[in-house]
Amino acid sequence: MDWLTILVPFLSLLIIIAAGFAVYQKDLILAIIGTSAISVVLSIFFYILQAPDVALTEAAIGVALSTIIFVITIKKTKRYEE
Amino acid sequence: MRKVIAILLLAVVGYYILGTLLNLPFGQKATGVGKYYLDSTIKETGTVNTVTSIVVSYRGFDTLGEVTVLFLAATGLGAILFDKKGKKRSLQNASLIVKTSSKMIYPLTVLLGAYVFVHGHLTPGGGFQGGAIIATGTLLMFMAYRSFETNHTALTIIESLAGLTFVSIGISGLIWGYSFLQNILPLGTPNELLSGGIIPLIYIAVGFKVGAELTTVLDTLLKTIKG
Repeated sequence: MDWLTILVPFLSLLIIIAAGFAVYQKDLILAIIGTSAISVVLSIFFYILQAPDVALTEAAIGVALSTIIFVITIKKTKRYEE
Repeated sequence: MRKVIAILLLAVVGYYILGTLLNLPFGQKATGVGKYYLDSTIKETGTVNTVTSIVVSYRGFDTLGEVTVLFLAATGLGAILFDKKGKKRSLQNASLIVKTSSKMIYPLTVLLGAYVFVHGHLTPGGGFQGGAIIATGTLLMFMAYRSFETNHTALTIIESLAGLTFVSIGISGLIWGYSFLQNILPLGTPNELLSGGIIPLIYIAVGFKVGAELTTVLDTLLKTIKG
């Protein structure tokens, strides 16, 4: 049995859970952690799909830079969603 | 009533999207252009990394456009958040563990970023990725040491020189009598660091430019936080 047959459904489930968490979480900082978790899993997916270039970009920009920009924005506005 | 209509519309849209997606072959070649690139990259550009050869050589003009878009975004952000007084970040330091570990990780991150963009034609990655990695390392230092400052004049000079290098490499193709961004240097042996003609030079310039730009963006944004 190929290890990808176990890994891919598991990662897909993980990405859906993280997306749901990001949508339904009222604390926006935690929601942003959810989106960056999506980026982590997505970069693993890109690596599995043999696109290491895109995986590097997703890891650097999706996980680190866009997260910090969102955090700064929330720091300047409101932390909790009504 | 409105909900019923919305669900009906969603069902129609979803049906057609599903139909399209089911008809698309997954992981198969839709056009012949991919095979052309894979076959002729090493012969024509001397780079082993096909993605790099497409981004910098075959579609080099688009990359120049992307770099310009990033430059305009950074400039716009700087213009919107401009403040005459010259803001400073708040002076609260992070904890000792964070400070010590970021001091150790920061040089390694910069080294990794430099490696990624210097070896852009041999290994996965390139200018954009390397620059983003360097900016991430600087971000770590910004967050650990609130007194860590970057020299904005130096960053601007690096950015301008890198952009100028990219454009002048492109124009030198015109001067030698070929098209814009045409390779004018010898291709060398594939799989060596000094191969691929102008591709490594362009990616090094892009790496410096993206790193400097993203660092400036982060610095500008972090300085807007009070307290």
